[in-house]
Amino acid sequence: MLTIKDPTKGLVAHGVSTCAGCGLELAIRVILDVMGENTIIVIPPSCSALFSGFGNETTLRIPGVQGNLENTAAIAAGVRAGLEYQGKGDINVLGLAGDGGTADIGLQSLSGALERGDKILYVCYDNEAYMNTGIQGSSSTPMGAWTTTTPYGKPVKRKNLMQIVGAHGIPYAASASIGYIDDLRKKVVKAKAAIAEGPAFLHIHAPCPTGWGYDPALTVELAKLAVSTRCWNLFELVDGSKVNITKKVNKVKPAEEYLTPQKRFTGIDATTLAMVQTQIDKDYARLELLAGLSCETDSAA
Amino acid sequence: MKKVMLEGNFAAAEAMRLARIGVVSAYPITPQSPIAEVLSEYTGDGRLDAKYIRVESEHTAMSVAIGAQLTGVRTGTATSSVGLALMFEMLGVAAGLRLPIVMPVVNRALVSPWSLWCDHQDSMAARDTGWMQLYAEDCQDVLDLCLIAYRAAENGDVLVPTMVCMDGFFLSHMSQAVYVPSQQDVDDFLPPYQAKNLKLDIADPMFVNNLIPPTEFMEMRYQQHTGFSNALPVLNTAMKEFETQFGRSHSPIEPYCCDDAEAILISLGSMSGSVKEMVDQYRAQGKKVGNLKIVSFRPFPEEDLVAAIPRGARVGVLDRSMSMGAPAGPVCNDVRSAISNQGLNVRIQGFVVGLGGRDVRPVAITSAFDRLLAGQYDKDVQWLDMSDNAMTLRQYREAI
Ligand SMILES: Cc1ncc(C[n+]2csc(CCOP(=O)(O)OP(=O)(O)O)c2C)c(N)n1
Ligand code: SF4
Ligand SMILES: [Mg+2]
Repeated sequence: MLTIKDPTKGLVAHGVSTCAGCGLELAIRVILDVMGENTIIVIPPSCSALFSGFGNETTLRIPGVQGNLENTAAIAAGVRAGLEYQGKGDINVLGLAGDGGTADIGLQSLSGALERGDKILYVCYDNEAYMNTGIQGSSSTPMGAWTTTTPYGKPVKRKNLMQIVGAHGIPYAASASIGYIDDLRKKVVKAKAAIAEGPAFLHIHAPCPTGWGYDPALTVELAKLAVSTRCWNLFELVDGSKVNITKKVNKVKPAEEYLTPQKRFTGIDATTLAMVQTQIDKDYARLELLAGLSCETDSAA
Repeated sequence: MKKVMLEGNFAAAEAMRLARIGVVSAYPITPQSPIAEVLSEYTGDGRLDAKYIRVESEHTAMSVAIGAQLTGVRTGTATSSVGLALMFEMLGVAAGLRLPIVMPVVNRALVSPWSLWCDHQDSMAARDTGWMQLYAEDCQDVLDLCLIAYRAAENGDVLVPTMVCMDGFFLSHMSQAVYVPSQQDVDDFLPPYQAKNLKLDIADPMFVNNLIPPTEFMEMRYQQHTGFSNALPVLNTAMKEFETQFGRSHSPIEPYCCDDAEAILISLGSMSGSVKEMVDQYRAQGKKVGNLKIVSFRPFPEEDLVAAIPRGARVGVLDRSMSMGAPAGPVCNDVRSAISNQGLNVRIQGFVVGLGGRDVRPVAITSAFDRLLAGQYDKDVQWLDMSDNAMTLRQYREAI
């Protein structure tokens, strides 16, 4: 066992085995800092399982269970039900899963929990592929990206997870990014408050130097570039209907500026690039339209 | 104790209510649906103080049960057939986490082809997932075995989840007068649930079920194996205690007219009633036959089973499922291994009967007994009461 000379002040240990520059690591530290120790966490197999630990070591100071790839929401719902039955409804239940565990194999159990109104916070950190099993494509992998199962670039666009979640009309859902920590923190605070009423959901962009092929020092910079190119939009969905764009991008940069530093887009051809740009413009226009339809138009963060 | 007309499904639900399960998660499937329905009724009208989680699949039903039980609550779910198959991944999780969940399984064939009706292929396919398996012969058994299962499974030396298996339709939808014990008596028999070892508790934080290196995995599996070794004596004790409390006796195996038998048929579940009826008819003709019913298939009561077979008796096993590619059905394979493990040299005839809802008719049972009495033995498993057209049925290929 390691002798810990300088214990962490937070709920996540130092020296976890994520890669250098891991976006997920930044995210979990912020999330648990806000959620606090009165929280039980559910983690599926994925890179987030690096926080479950190995053997008799864990990285977390809170109780947790590692479930299966497709049932993070279901186990969280069970934990929540058990706690409520015992009059311990004040304890937060948090699921933390990747894009594969959420948008693909876990979508059914997530939808079940959202529809039932289970009072859990579900966080999907999105590194846009199955990283833990060696960079295979997921339904959240963006168009044109190389993965080991899209060796010539992904030919189709990604799934719109926020729209799917929004269709359930839950009290609070938001997209966030590790490039905008203050915005992320505020959203975790809101989500934590929302689970008194029902499910809350956060979709966090979490760049992955290992899977995307870029210099680990650039993680935060790249996350910001994703937002300023409108490749990743920051917004909230309140009660499934009210849309708040929390980071308006007025001087938009071309998508290429975000894609070029990443090896996974090396092989992208001009036609695909044009399709990617068209999709980005359509998505943002739609988002602005929805935000306009909702009465509130503040731009926090 | 009052006597009530109950179908098997309702007998199971009564047992779960009396055991005061605190979280229910069940997904409907024929022929289990009435359990999912009546438990929602009980929680809705307050007859059961529990949270009912209306899940979207059996995989989630078991996942919810596991999550809830980890917080220290007795949970309840039930399933059948493809539902049990869909749960498969989570069966091993419940067992490995040593969560003593008790689950009624309403036996129904697995696909393909589709069948709504009874055989044991569903629970047999799950026999190596680390769950105890008890098989009921009638509706009273369903209620009794569920209560016994909680008591045995939750014992700190065992901590093994348990399936209480009942034959689809034959028991699940058959009405029978069933003694339903009072809540007070059941409370005396079943203390409130307490999480042992693994739990999710803010006051005592631990991370449960993370990745385990090869240097530890085998030892943890061995702990599970030891839980199973302890299960048989604990189950026996629980059955004795049940008898003291409720006056009905149960046992992991039940021999019927075996002491002097020259031919014995081993069976599971509701067909045992028919076999016993045939035993009576044969005995009336002076033919010495017997029935050996296995109640506890997991843990397998090897020693008692072998001891119940008199020397020289010819033995056959009626399997209501088949282990394709193996010498016989799963029960027969286990009986053969038990016999040889106990140092005996007895040939055990394998039979397959009653698949996909087919009745185990007297003709099947008599042909099995007659073969044994005539000293016929075939190393190949015998499929009984089959139509002559077995090999031409639905064969649409053009003749070449
Ligand atoms: C039922 C099942 N199928 C496949 C796997 C193998 N598996 C483990 S992690 C993983 C990828 C998870 O991807 P994601 O959820 O995006 O998390 P990431 O690894 O990217 O952090 C897969 C496919 C599994 N654990 N369970
Ligand atoms: S592969 Fe990516 S997501 Fe996984 S630990 Fe490494 S950097 Fe983080
Ligand atoms: Mg991923």
